[in-house]
Amino acid sequence: MTRKQKRLSVIAGGLAFLGAATGLTFYALGQKASYFYMPADLTTASVQPGQRIRLGGLVEKGTIVRGQGATVAFSVTDSQKQVKVTYTGILPDLFREGQGVITEGVFDPDGVFVADSVLAKHDENYMPKEVADGLKAKGVWQESKSD
Amino acid sequence: MIETGHFALVLAFALALVQMLVPLFGARTGNQKMMAVGSPVAVTGFALTALSFAALATAYASSDFSVASVWENSHSLQPLIYKITGTWGNHEGSMLLWVLILTFFGALVAAFGSNLPATLRANVLAVQGAIGATFFLFILTTSNPFTRLNPAPIEGRDLNPILQDLGLAIHPPLLYLGYVGFSICFSFSVAALIEGRIDASWARWVRPWTLVAWMFLTGGIAMGSYWAYYELGWGGFWFWDPVENASFMPWLAGTALLHSAIVMEKRSALKIWTLLLAILTFSLSLLGTFLVRSGVLTSVHAFATDPTRGVFILCILTLFIGGSLALFALRASRLTPGGLFHPVSREGALVLNNLFLTTAAATVLIGTLYPLVVEAFSADKISVGAPFFNLTFGPLMVPLLVVVPFGPLLAWKRGDLLAVAQRLMAAFAAALLAVLVTALFINGASVFAALGVGLAFWLICGALTDLAIKSGLGTAAPGVVIRRFAGLPRSVLGTALAHLGLGLTTLGIVGTLCFGTEKILSMRAGETVELSGHTLRFEGLYPAQGPNYAEARGRFALLGADGSTTGEITSAKRSYPVRQMTTTESGIKTIGFSQLYLSLGDEGTDGSVVVRLWWKPLVTLIWGGGLVMMAGAAMSLLDRRLRVGAPSRRKPAGTVPSASLP
Repeated sequence: MTRKQKRLSVIAGGLAFLGAATGLTFYALGQKASYFYMPADLTTASVQPGQRIRLGGLVEKGTIVRGQGATVAFSVTDSQKQVKVTYTGILPDLFREGQGVITEGVFDPDGVFVADSVLAKHDENYMPKEVADGLKAKGVWQESKSD
Repeated sequence: MIETGHFALVLAFALALVQMLVPLFGARTGNQKMMAVGSPVAVTGFALTALSFAALATAYASSDFSVASVWENSHSLQPLIYKITGTWGNHEGSMLLWVLILTFFGALVAAFGSNLPATLRANVLAVQGAIGATFFLFILTTSNPFTRLNPAPIEGRDLNPILQDLGLAIHPPLLYLGYVGFSICFSFSVAALIEGRIDASWARWVRPWTLVAWMFLTGGIAMGSYWAYYELGWGGFWFWDPVENASFMPWLAGTALLHSAIVMEKRSALKIWTLLLAILTFSLSLLGTFLVRSGVLTSVHAFATDPTRGVFILCILTLFIGGSLALFALRASRLTPGGLFHPVSREGALVLNNLFLTTAAATVLIGTLYPLVVEAFSADKISVGAPFFNLTFGPLMVPLLVVVPFGPLLAWKRGDLLAVAQRLMAAFAAALLAVLVTALFINGASVFAALGVGLAFWLICGALTDLAIKSGLGTAAPGVVIRRFAGLPRSVLGTALAHLGLGLTTLGIVGTLCFGTEKILSMRAGETVELSGHTLRFEGLYPAQGPNYAEARGRFALLGADGSTTGEITSAKRSYPVRQMTTTESGIKTIGFSQLYLSLGDEGTDGSVVVRLWWKPLVTLIWGGGLVMMAGAAMSLLDRRLRVGAPSRRKPAGTVPSASLP
């Protein structure tokens, strides 16, 4: 190979590598990004059982049921719809009734949301940004909650 | 005192403007006096910023609640150490720490830069002054830490309990020393672009600064990871949280820069690329500052959200990134490209390193920004988390780690791959042995896990092989080997140490992810639980009182094979009355390099309590490897040829290098 051909092949190799990396990145974004929904959104959005999403809203008052062992069931609401959620594990310190949470997981075939992570925001407002924005959009936001 | 601090900050802003304009103008017109203004102004600016910071720290230490920031983030009952660290445990104080470190680095250039060409030093200080001026303006207009309250409240609102930890004393200062340390490399690059040339002293300066910044950033990230691990009680060491990514992107780019700067220094090749990389690294640091400080992300780090701050930092970001890249586009063609090399060579290996690391940084960047972009242009809200990064970052890192041991053994300019492969046979055999032992003797080891262990051993043994070969092990007499080892250049030792640290971190990650076990159960006092051969007995919950919190301590006894108690683990639920917040204090028992990790959940009505228990094999190696990497960087900095104070090699023999890094 001449010098020029060598250099071209190195550049081509580099570009092929970058192309592969770009392709992989966008494939992964399409496959692995999880969408955020409030309970009322789920009536219009088609979420398949097994599809990973994040579900946000308020923990509905009086729905927290501690079952056997470390499994907890509760409902997440946006004041329009409720979704039943189960979670096995330790709930975050800021988890409480009437407060905002984001849960991440999948729906089981019975329509119960099986969460594998539950997040509550680590500040005095107890309100994850997505949940606050979602509640504002639905007109059920009370300004007092935002401090 | 507070007004003194405020006044000093305003003066420091004014001086930063002088530092930005006068030396720059002097360098353009060739005015020596104006160029000489830079150094004393930079040192004075640092002194004033330090005074300002000391004033704020004093207000925090003495619980002066007439200062709004102290009132919002401190309490008279807090232990003194948290009162002091609380100085930067909030947005305003944290930004003040940021500029303190920025001016500190500026003062270092002024103090040690006497042997730099006058115009280069003037331009570097001017760029450094420009960064300083914008951030001073940002602090004074949107985030003033010295705002007073009248009447002064009697009691403060307490520091966020999660931040009341020793980690706050270590993590942010280290991280900022790293983040902001890259500003020096940025300033050198912009100065080179302004001058339109890269001279020899440029390369000799940029590499040690990169090493310093990289060393601190490595420490800051490792410390932050360990802090999150033990403080949050989730048992994870890395969450691919956008805020973590914000510090990880400059680290990846900085690691690439560290390697390309070697090529530039030794072979004066890759000049333009190194310069661009220096700009990109600090740009990613600025982007990180924006992501964390602007409130576009919700996390523990976003202390308060104020839209004007976000817009302001976005402007700074656009100004510096856009400005420097525009300058690069205009001027890069004037710079002379460096020497040529064969693809199979040390240079070639370092280019491959750069290709992988910058692509990895780009992947992390896309994953971090994509949700923000989607949210800005559509109604969808998405999150990109661990599944995305595992799929993209992982495949990029594995081949990089595989080629790491080859790099230091390849010759410059044109290397012999076959000869290097032969020299690495022992390391390869050791790695293969590790794979086989893992696959055959450890229960439940998957193929991936075994290969992961092998990869870690490959890295570790590869680093050791490098040292063994360079000290002549196996070819020379033992006495000669020891003498040669002692005489190895510090940078060779540094490289081997850093690569060894990378291997240890890899081993820790593989061990924890592939062989870790966990249990979630609800326990009553007296019950025992067994996990991976360790038996724990729950002794019960005991109330206790701290200085500014009350806690319920869960005591667990670690039982030996005969049922006797061999140790104790305590995990607690703390409640801080001032903020009405509860935190979980995890209980950790270190056994060898592994840890038993325990976290308390809610109490049931029947006196039971939810307990989550993890066995994390080799987990401490994750951060231990980080420390070894830091040691490697420190070792490289001790290399005579890299001493910042001795950039001139033509010094008469016998003179002592005038200075080294602090």
